[in-house]
Amino acid sequence: MIAFDRVTRRYGDFTAVDDVSLTIESGEILVLIGASGSGKSTLLQLINRLQDPTEGTVQVDDEDVAGIAPEQLRRRMGYVIQGGGLFPHWTVARNIGTVPRLLGWDRARIAARVLELLDLLRLDAGRLHDAYPHMLSGGQQQRVGVARALAANPSILLMDEPFGALDPVTRAELQGEIRRIHAETGCTVVFVTHDMDEALSLATRVAVIDRGRVIQLGTPLDLLTRPASDQVARFVGTADRGLKLLGFQRVADRLRPSDRPDDTARHDPISQDLPLSAALSAMVMRGCDRLEVIDAQGTPIGTIHLADLVRLA
Amino acid sequence: MTAFGALLALLLLTTFGLGHAAPFFAWLFPGLDQPIYRQDGFPALLLGHLEIVAAASAFAILLGVFAGIAVTRPGGREFRGLLETVGATGQAFPPVAVLALAVPAMGFGASPAIVALALYGLLPVLQNTIAGLENTPADIRVAAAGMGMSTTQILLQIELPLAAPVILTGIRLSVVVGIGTAAIASTVGARTLGLPIIVGLNASNVAYVLQGALLVALLAITLDQGFEALIRATTRWRRAR
Repeated sequence: MIAFDRVTRRYGDFTAVDDVSLTIESGEILVLIGASGSGKSTLLQLINRLQDPTEGTVQVDDEDVAGIAPEQLRRRMGYVIQGGGLFPHWTVARNIGTVPRLLGWDRARIAARVLELLDLLRLDAGRLHDAYPHMLSGGQQQRVGVARALAANPSILLMDEPFGALDPVTRAELQGEIRRIHAETGCTVVFVTHDMDEALSLATRVAVIDRGRVIQLGTPLDLLTRPASDQVARFVGTADRGLKLLGFQRVADRLRPSDRPDDTARHDPISQDLPLSAALSAMVMRGCDRLEVIDAQGTPIGTIHLADLVRLA
Repeated sequence: MTAFGALLALLLLTTFGLGHAAPFFAWLFPGLDQPIYRQDGFPALLLGHLEIVAAASAFAILLGVFAGIAVTRPGGREFRGLLETVGATGQAFPPVAVLALAVPAMGFGASPAIVALALYGLLPVLQNTIAGLENTPADIRVAAAGMGMSTTQILLQIELPLAAPVILTGIRLSVVVGIGTAAIASTVGARTLGLPIIVGLNASNVAYVLQGALLVALLAITLDQGFEALIRATTRWRRAR
């Protein structure tokens, strides 16, 4: 658990973080979202003491971080920055082994852990183990950056706009990796981004930051259905909020019993596990207003109607 | 064989072989009574030359690198302007003038030469150390700190290795210029490869001048190539494909 208690951080006259109280639960993915200069990165860096509060306290597992030596504290947390921040004169393997080496692990244990992480991040060990960062694609560099952050099995992973410089396809791939790794390790992730789609797709909860303050804290669904202010609503995206909302509920949630099987049978059935947005998309593409729904085994279990989609939950 | 190896072999061959080249220089300069400089052996002059350059460069490198590190740390930044002025002044003074000023204080011999060369060679080392260290990309420094490296670990494992080519380029300039300048030190009684040149100039013996100049030039080029190889070694990772 990470707890901010009335934390303020000033640089001269500028207040980057303004009286923030925020509790991040163990095992959640908390996304800090805001415009550039909103203070979201500063908020993140207050956790691993790359910044120290001017006022207030930051606690990690009920321990004030101000009482922990910065180096010791940081070695307990994974840290990923935009572009990966890899050390260009070190091989991929050496980069990944950075924190274990700082912690004094023996060589064999580090070597084994590096191979494990290459595997976890789906990096080709044969080709990339001894490669230098400049030989890698942007996506690969970022994967190595994530592997390096995870090397010493941290319980907290701090990510500062990690995928900001990647193309949309690579970015979506890496978001998928983060979800998978989070599910496998159960670590707490604090993720900074300015991309609302990224926030909505990754977050357990989202904290919207503006001028150093948390202006709304809630689940992605909360943000979409009950934005606390016009500002948050604008951030969430006024025009396509409804479409985003459909991405958060599954076909199974709006299922009705099969009524006219012969009508829907003409179309390919849709899986109950897909989001409602996929159902809408399928209807638009096929020019129909209902779809047959199947379960994971392919057995028909009902129908979904266009009218069910537009009914606000 | 590398260029450095070839040059080193040529330098040694010339140093030890020049004493036996009297017939060649007699043929080249038929009017001279003494076609070969024999007051001192060339190996001894080369050694003396190297000693002075080594002592002066050691001082310039140690002071330049340490001061360059110090003024790029948070606590030392305010001294940077002052230090760069001192370095620039050291280089603005012609070494001959420093020699002339140092002799009354230190007497004749190698010492005033070492002082003059060290002052002269300080600036390139200092400037390149500062430039090299400041070139470390900010995100890499943040990443290193974020991993939990101490400031000393960041300096030794990240900043200095990344700055090494630039720092070595400064040291290379300092040393190579020092080798040329050390020849002048013979005017205050230091035994360097400049001695045949000075004696030759005084006695209108062109062969002496040529022999001294040949060895000084060879030495400078050899060390220059040595640094080239060293710099290439520190940047090998950049060329990996």
